Amino acid sequence: MRLRVKFKKYGPVRFIGHLDVMRFFQKAIRRAGIDVAYTGGFSPHQIMTFAAPLGVGITSNGEYMDIEIHSITSCEDVRKRLNAASVPGIEIIFTGLLPDHAENAMASVAAASYTVRFREGRAPTADLSAFIPDFLSRDHILYTKQTKKGARELDLKPGIYEFTCSGGGGCETPSFHILADASSAGNIKPIQIMEAFLAHCGEVLQENALLITREEIYTRAESSRLISLEDMCCQS
Amino acid sequence: MNQKLALSDDILLKIEKPERYIGHEINSVTKDKSKVKIRFAMCFPDVYEIGMSHLGIQILYDMFNSMEDVWCERVYSPWLDLDAIMRKEHIPLFALESQDPVKDFDFLGITLQYEMCYTNVLQILDLSQIPLNALERGEDCPIVIGGGPCVYNPEPLADFFDLFYIGEGETQYERLLTLYKECRASGLSRVEFLRRAGKLPGIYAPRFYETAYHEDGTIKSFLPVEEGIPAIIRKEIQMDVTDTYYPLKPVVPFIKATQDRVVLEIQRGCIRGCRFCQAGQIYRPVRERDVETLKKYALEMLKNTGHEEISLSSLSSSDYSRLPELIDFLIEKCGTQHVNISLPSLRIDAFSLDVMSKVQDIKKSSLTFAPEAGSQRLRNVINKGLTEEDIIRGSTMAFEGGWTRVKLYFMLGLPTETEEDIRGIADLANKIAAAFFETVPKEKRVNGRVQIVASTSFFVPKPFTPFQWAGQCTREQFIDKAYLTRKAISEQLNQKSIKYNWHEADASVMEGVLARGDRRLGRVIRRVYEKGGFYEAWGEYYDHDRWLKTLEECGLSADFYTHRERSTEEILPWDFIDCGVTKEFLKREWAKAQREEISENCKVKCQGCGAARFGGGICVETAR
Repeated sequence: MRLRVKFKKYGPVRFIGHLDVMRFFQKAIRRAGIDVAYTGGFSPHQIMTFAAPLGVGITSNGEYMDIEIHSITSCEDVRKRLNAASVPGIEIIFTGLLPDHAENAMASVAAASYTVRFREGRAPTADLSAFIPDFLSRDHILYTKQTKKGARELDLKPGIYEFTCSGGGGCETPSFHILADASSAGNIKPIQIMEAFLAHCGEVLQENALLITREEIYTRAESSRLISLEDMCCQS
Repeated sequence: MNQKLALSDDILLKIEKPERYIGHEINSVTKDKSKVKIRFAMCFPDVYEIGMSHLGIQILYDMFNSMEDVWCERVYSPWLDLDAIMRKEHIPLFALESQDPVKDFDFLGITLQYEMCYTNVLQILDLSQIPLNALERGEDCPIVIGGGPCVYNPEPLADFFDLFYIGEGETQYERLLTLYKECRASGLSRVEFLRRAGKLPGIYAPRFYETAYHEDGTIKSFLPVEEGIPAIIRKEIQMDVTDTYYPLKPVVPFIKATQDRVVLEIQRGCIRGCRFCQAGQIYRPVRERDVETLKKYALEMLKNTGHEEISLSSLSSSDYSRLPELIDFLIEKCGTQHVNISLPSLRIDAFSLDVMSKVQDIKKSSLTFAPEAGSQRLRNVINKGLTEEDIIRGSTMAFEGGWTRVKLYFMLGLPTETEEDIRGIADLANKIAAAFFETVPKEKRVNGRVQIVASTSFFVPKPFTPFQWAGQCTREQFIDKAYLTRKAISEQLNQKSIKYNWHEADASVMEGVLARGDRRLGRVIRRVYEKGGFYEAWGEYYDHDRWLKTLEECGLSADFYTHRERSTEEILPWDFIDCGVTKEFLKREWAKAQREEISENCKVKCQGCGAARFGGGICVETAR
């Protein structure tokens, strides 16, 4: 059986890196006494897959992990036990069983949504929302990605599915909603979109200016409709 | 949830491994500040991953937090990247749980596990914005108290500490904290509290003592300067190691610590009495934990941590009387739960090989022997009861069982060592390789060969050992010895199967200076720190010339502390401490070493070391 676990990550633990979140769950699962399956061999490890790594410092309302289990009391009982074995800031909000032939969390990822705000004092003063229609009507949104091998130019346009802004008038700081490609082939980071957008507005993104929350991770269902990874479960 | 972080997001996103500084680990303890009377910051003065691996701090953390009105938190040395930022931005060092500045705490406890961390102690004080010199601290400063094995000679650090706790922490802290509360309640000064604390058992308040020196630099007298301050301080010891504190819910770090496993301390002390070993003397007498309790603890700790490995901890696990029973239990319980068992410090024999074959992958694991010296003569000098026959027999059995890797640990520069003894290292390694080729027929040899790794460290004499009077080799002698070892190994028939590693000599010299140093070294440590020296336990940040130059500036020399053989009549800086083992016993052992005579272990025959006056442990069991 495969169990999908959805959790939030917030507060000080947002600084825990992806590999350490995996280590955390390996131990939490043992503390919770969940009947998890192990690989064979001399160094067996839990059969576990994460949907998508979350960057250090980013909070999330929708992280996913699949674990292979031998038996289960009930999804709700597992959720409660995992929460009892967790730390403040890593909170399990959903557990559900996957259909037998469902793709695993990592392979399923097609898109992710984010809320992006500016840190205090690091937002441009201009009314950015006015620039959005023009930004989205461009044929190409080019972004230069710095990699170890040098610079590479990306076109973000095809991967931006939704980009809206609320607030931002007067004293309010604007809050952006992003839905973008998060598949392994075309993953776009929200910071890349914001950088390109600010450049479009004639502004420069300051260092560590953004407060990013990942809201949800989606997969493509029939007729390429986006559904949350949670909705892939058959039983919860 | 405590949302507060002492460091801004900008800093946390810039530095390496921000998880070192955010707290919130599983089993870390948070209390309501308004409901506690004493805030205790417990510090291991090295990087988080090292400090978090230390059992002693976990024990004390558990003990303090079991006291209702005490909140104990953890502090580690910020890594160099954060250190630079904190200095530049004047950010005070903080404790992990509350993220509050250490300077606002009642106590700052610092464990002293190795000499090369002494400059890190100053980094901790400095970043905490606490005056380095204890005499300069005001009423608002935390009481800075040191503990751990290095306090068996606390003198080089005497300037920087208000108090030292000599011995095992389980016994006197409650009294000390009660005294603190009383003094605070009656409005007594810091100095008055320290004066009273200095009269408690096991507590040393260095400001109330004075050292006078002879012209040649040796100590003329070391005496309390006030009435009522004890001239001799006896170590504290927890005689019942079963009915006492043990951290059943140890803190589990998010990042991988060096010790990423449950640690089960099965006993304290060691029966062996190796003459170079400080731990073997200062933790006497041997006290075993009850096996049923240990079984219960093991299961509970695995459940509370989720760790996938458990390790038995002691100075010599094979000497624990109920070891087979405990291991059988662990194999049975852990096997079904995907828990690995790690068994360090096991003597290689039929029993341990059988156990190891059950719990380890033979192809990947290696066999470890610590003969410490290359010849039987020198092993007799150091009282290391391991013979060549034991080693060859153990290796042969292991080769028959499928092992192909052997690690050997030696020390160079032991008292009375000759060229012959050093050649013995090469000879022994060669004989083990030969035993492999004799034991394992050609067609059964995996990869065709055996791997023998011989490692040498340099011997540093330590206080409260029979070698505390011995002269330490100079840097040049150390290097010559390492070259000779390498050359001797390269001349062996089986040299292709033997790999040789040796430690750096420089840091061993300074370790020797600090280990047997006196109060005058406080200035040296401070100056080295002020010149930028810390994290010196990490080879890449150790600067030998800076130490030598600073010693010279302070009118001191390394040779005085290291190379000079001391007379048994000389007053040693640590003579005011009574560690249970008597000076008479150490003198006897020093004389026996020179006669190449061995002393039998505590189980075979009591050697009258003096630890029997604690009235328990092996001393009582053998007498029965």
